[in-house]
Amino acid sequence: MSKPIIATTSLAGCFGCHMSLLDIDERILDLIELVEFNKSPINDIKKFTKKCDIGLIEGGVCNSENVHILKEFRENCKILISVGECAIMGGLPALRNNIPLRECLEEAYINGPSVENNEEQIIPNDEELPLMLDKVYPCHEVVKIDYYLPGCPPRADLLFNALVALITGNLMELPYECFKYD
Amino acid sequence: MSKVVNFSIDGKNCMAERGQYILDAARANNIYIPTLCNLPGVKPRGSCRICNVKVNGKLMTSCTTPVAEGMQVENNTEELLDLRKAIVELLFVEGNHYCPFCEKSGNCELQALAYRFNIMVPRYPYQFPDRDIEASSKNLIKDHNRCILCKRCIRAIKDEEGRNIFAFKRRGHKVVINVDSKISGSLNDELAQKAMDICPVGALIKKEQGFIIPIGKRTYDKHPIGYEFDVTSTETL
Repeated sequence: MSKPIIATTSLAGCFGCHMSLLDIDERILDLIELVEFNKSPINDIKKFTKKCDIGLIEGGVCNSENVHILKEFRENCKILISVGECAIMGGLPALRNNIPLRECLEEAYINGPSVENNEEQIIPNDEELPLMLDKVYPCHEVVKIDYYLPGCPPRADLLFNALVALITGNLMELPYECFKYD
Repeated sequence: MSKVVNFSIDGKNCMAERGQYILDAARANNIYIPTLCNLPGVKPRGSCRICNVKVNGKLMTSCTTPVAEGMQVENNTEELLDLRKAIVELLFVEGNHYCPFCEKSGNCELQALAYRFNIMVPRYPYQFPDRDIEASSKNLIKDHNRCILCKRCIRAIKDEEGRNIFAFKRRGHKVVINVDSKISGSLNDELAQKAMDICPVGALIKKEQGFIIPIGKRTYDKHPIGYEFDVTSTETL
């Protein structure tokens, strides 16, 4: 039997969840024996080269590129997992959800105390740039998500246990100490 | 008339004093019923509904219902566990609960219940309501994003003359907790600390001491809420 294939991505996240995945220490050697990685920032594969079994999504959905990538993951992965508070509920980026988008952009590019050299008062609008959404969305409000692993970041043990359970087909071990929201 | 009342919880025979609330009687019999708005020593309010049990087949809040002779109480049924879980999930989506950077995280009873119920994600959509943070008081921050309107602060924090320092302001879905401006001067550091301690969430935060307890040493880092009952009940098995 061929190895299960994992893909990962960070949408509106900070890569903390990816760091936590690396934080499984020497067990990463076991993991590499068990699985193969496809599109992921860990190996720098930019495009899906085959269908994957498990997709790990870090971060919420804040712009059009996030929507595009998330849909691409849904199409290419059998099982999709929201990893971390941002993917599950928007997290820190969702703090902007009660501030109108224009106000956010004006604060960042025109009125903010650290803004310099923008006499023409330009808010970046090149068509190459992804379009910001009106607010930050949890991943499961954009595509169907199969499982959720909370935490900021999710504990390394939680991530490892979840992957082991999925790969071996057994029930997941969920010790109290590794199931946290912070 | 006898002072002792016989009743049952999930088929287990229990005894209580006449007039005792189901919740207190359950705990006296080493049975855990989860609570959120209830505060020992303060008149129960029944506002959060987490302690819902079925009494002779009917839903009742156990913190406000006195035990009666022969009462049959259901507590750990699948239906009730799911109902309580649903209430916690509703509270999470109804406010803005950002656990990752909340000062109360690890000591928060709402979060602790979510841990106990293994809530991975709420079944309801997040509302992201527009709420304020008030930091005008000299020693207390009121973060309405996190308030679950349990009325603990209103019921438990009094000034020297026994007057309520906290009160509700506005009505309906706009209701918020507020400090009575006429007696706000009596909210000393000790009372501000007590207010933060009894707040089941992070809506009341005493100033200048955020994140004072390190991760790993907070109340619910190692053991779930209600752990003391779980331990004793398995020991007696």
